[in-house]
Amino acid sequence: MHQVNAMMAIAQRDFMNLLRDPARLVSSLIFPLIFILVLGGSLQASFGDGNFNLMTFTFTGVLAQTLFQSSASGIISLISDREEDFSQEIFITPISRYTIILGKTLGETMVALPQGFALVVLAFVMGVGMTIPRALALFPVALVACMLGASFGVIVLSNLRSQRSANQVFPFLLLPQFFLAGVFNPINDLPPALNFFSSLAPMRYAVDLMRAVYYAGRDEYDRVVLLNPITNLAIMGVMFAVFLAIGTALFVRRERNR
Amino acid sequence: MPPARARREKRPTDRAVVCIINQNPRAASGDAPAPPPHPPVRPSERRLPPAHLAVTGRVIQVRDLTKRYKKSEVNAVDGISFDVSEGEFFALLGPNGAGKTTTISILTTTLIPSSGSVRIGGYDVKSQSNEVRQQIGIVFQQPSLDLNLTAEENVRFHAILYGLYPWRPSYRLMPAEYRTRFKELSGILGLKAEMFKPVKRFSGGMKRKLEIVRSLMHRPKVLFLDEPTAGLDADSRRSLWEYLKVIRVQTGATVFLTTHYLEEAEEADTICIIDGGKIVSFGSPTAIKKDLVEEYLLVTPADPAALSRELDAMSIPYAKGPEFKVALNGRTVHEILKAIETPLLSVRTHFPTLEDAYIAVLKKSDAPG
Repeated sequence: MHQVNAMMAIAQRDFMNLLRDPARLVSSLIFPLIFILVLGGSLQASFGDGNFNLMTFTFTGVLAQTLFQSSASGIISLISDREEDFSQEIFITPISRYTIILGKTLGETMVALPQGFALVVLAFVMGVGMTIPRALALFPVALVACMLGASFGVIVLSNLRSQRSANQVFPFLLLPQFFLAGVFNPINDLPPALNFFSSLAPMRYAVDLMRAVYYAGRDEYDRVVLLNPITNLAIMGVMFAVFLAIGTALFVRRERNR
Repeated sequence: MPPARARREKRPTDRAVVCIINQNPRAASGDAPAPPPHPPVRPSERRLPPAHLAVTGRVIQVRDLTKRYKKSEVNAVDGISFDVSEGEFFALLGPNGAGKTTTISILTTTLIPSSGSVRIGGYDVKSQSNEVRQQIGIVFQQPSLDLNLTAEENVRFHAILYGLYPWRPSYRLMPAEYRTRFKELSGILGLKAEMFKPVKRFSGGMKRKLEIVRSLMHRPKVLFLDEPTAGLDADSRRSLWEYLKVIRVQTGATVFLTTHYLEEAEEADTICIIDGGKIVSFGSPTAIKKDLVEEYLLVTPADPAALSRELDAMSIPYAKGPEFKVALNGRTVHEILKAIETPLLSVRTHFPTLEDAYIAVLKKSDAPG
């Protein structure tokens, strides 16, 4: 019970930090909005046709990507925290390191979800076909995307030594996923080599599941969605479990064995 | 009777200082009746451990502790051993890179030693780290408060992580017991309304005090303070120090301090100086000064040759220069002056400060051989 209480406290602290700093929420929306409105808008204007809205395509991709990225980078912040401020306090408390990671995963999910919520609300005026039933259906997918992003953050974190290496390495692990996961670009017909790398990118499955739910019952479904949602969920479940288990174990070992 | 001795005799846990490596045998037994270097301690400030700690338990036991970081060719900490008794005020001193932070990191379970053993409150830091963590409170060198949270939220967070109370989403919903303890500790801090404001509005000194309050919530046996006054102005330092004294009296907690400010260490029961990962001096401040720095007289004789003959005849060691440097060697100034017949033109006495002793110790440890 102590561990559950501790996990809740860690998660609440992340969420409180977001509430105390609303500017952070606003600024976190700037890039997604640029991607959706500017990139998606211009793609639609140049290549879109009546049947296939590229802005909608971009919106669904960016929504999944934002949630994934937000929780992943939230977890990575444990490194800088450990070095300088608050988290060194967490690390000397008598709680399991696994609890710390789980609490942080939960907390960063709660931080990412309001960002997703804001994007969904804005989607009503973007002309991407957002409806209330769709918005509700997106919620569980959003949760899954956050959890997967957090577990990805844990596995990256466990292999990094310092904030400096995090700053250098993390963009290289994230940016290619934008394209391999097909956030803005369709990836139905990738060359085999690219398709291989694409299938390794965890973000791809979050984006695909997001689209499977958003496009459900629409004509474009088959053109947009790559995998059956159940398959997607199963792959993400395995990735989540493996990332979290190996990542936490490595992190715990590395943390004290310097 | 000098106040220092009076204080020592009243202490129920008057400890035998234990130091195994590089120990100066005289350092451990230096209970000389010399006056204390700092003002006498008033009875109200006497540092008596509470009754349940009045057994002569050793709360920290360090044996042959060695740490070599990965990719390093030298040991950051090199086979040190020492004990700290319950209720003791222990100061770890040393220049930058001496191994202080490594030592305190191992003692507080955030770093695994390469070899040797450390027990805190009877628990092994390596295999029973959670039990050890329950026994200790830590105030880090770097402030470790969440600045976006209020003071109370910071304290609450800590209390829940230590398993003292169940998690509740707000202060009002927390158990009454928590609120009582919280009010009690913030009372010591002299704060009320401020406790519900974000910590970022606090001054440096207030933040430090808040960290101490927080670290005491779970009633730790040992309070580790890693350079707690670094970066504070003189005023905040003094006030923090006064506050720490009160805390020590009220809680009887063992205090393990690292500091750069030697005047802070003067108050300690025991000082351990490390350099290059090894203990180079250990003992009470008085003993360290006594053993490591000579006390001497500087006198200018009217007739140097006559003074030389006289001192030689009495076998009093001295060094010639513009002034004669006459070692006291256990004699009092009065005894020596009384014994000298040669007229003296000037007399100066030299009694070391802890800083002199510290620098002498480090010089000695750096000297080849």
